Amino acid sequence: MTPPLPRLVGAVAVGGAVGALLRFTLGEVAGDGAGFPWTTFTINVTGAFLLALLPAFSAVRRSRLLAVALGPGVLGGYTTLSATSEQGRSLLDQGRPALAAAYLLGTLAACLVAVALASRWSTPSAQAEFALEEGDL
Amino acid sequence: MTGLLVAVGGAAGAVLRFLAGHLWDRDLPAGTLLVNVVGSFLLGVFSALSLDADALALLGTGFCGGLTTYSAFAVQTHALGTRRGAGYAAVTIGLALAACALGFWVAA
Repeated sequence: MTPPLPRLVGAVAVGGAVGALLRFTLGEVAGDGAGFPWTTFTINVTGAFLLALLPAFSAVRRSRLLAVALGPGVLGGYTTLSATSEQGRSLLDQGRPALAAAYLLGTLAACLVAVALASRWSTPSAQAEFALEEGDL
Repeated sequence: MTGLLVAVGGAAGAVLRFLAGHLWDRDLPAGTLLVNVVGSFLLGVFSALSLDADALALLGTGFCGGLTTYSAFAVQTHALGTRRGAGYAAVTIGLALAACALGFWVAA
């Protein structure tokens, strides 16, 4: 049974608030500082890993509400591409193109490795089911 | 207080991202690409403006952070396979960086 769109949107809103708060709290505890933005890097890599891990859980495959609350909600709110772009832009602005490139490409490479690793815990059909639930938005 | 602003902004951003993906992510994740580029543009604007801490928490950390996603971007790139995934990744990262620089330049 598919929940109506407003209920899905509500689940995404709650999850998104939680995820954004998690990211904010990590930034408060251990900010990025001036060099390589390790905090944002770590947030994005762990978030990508966890999103790719979700299809392994049968509860997530059974409940579309849970899938969108955790995927587009918590993990979408937790990870960020805008902060990564702004940090890359700022590093270029400071005349540090090598560090900007290392950061932008390093984040992408590490996230793809994390996704490939996490995907080993679920079958392609489980991943397709999760995508159909729109858990990967 | 600041946490509440981040949560509200994050919820609003996440909902818009979900709806964009729901409407426009098909064979290619055009909706996710759109929110990642628009969110990067807006964060460039907000970074150039001298916002106070509360406004930055609501609009930057909350809204732009919630609107954009690296987790879905990475999972979608992986699912698209080597050739199309490389194209999707290059377009997303390139456009997002350019949009962010444009936003910063416009608002500075």
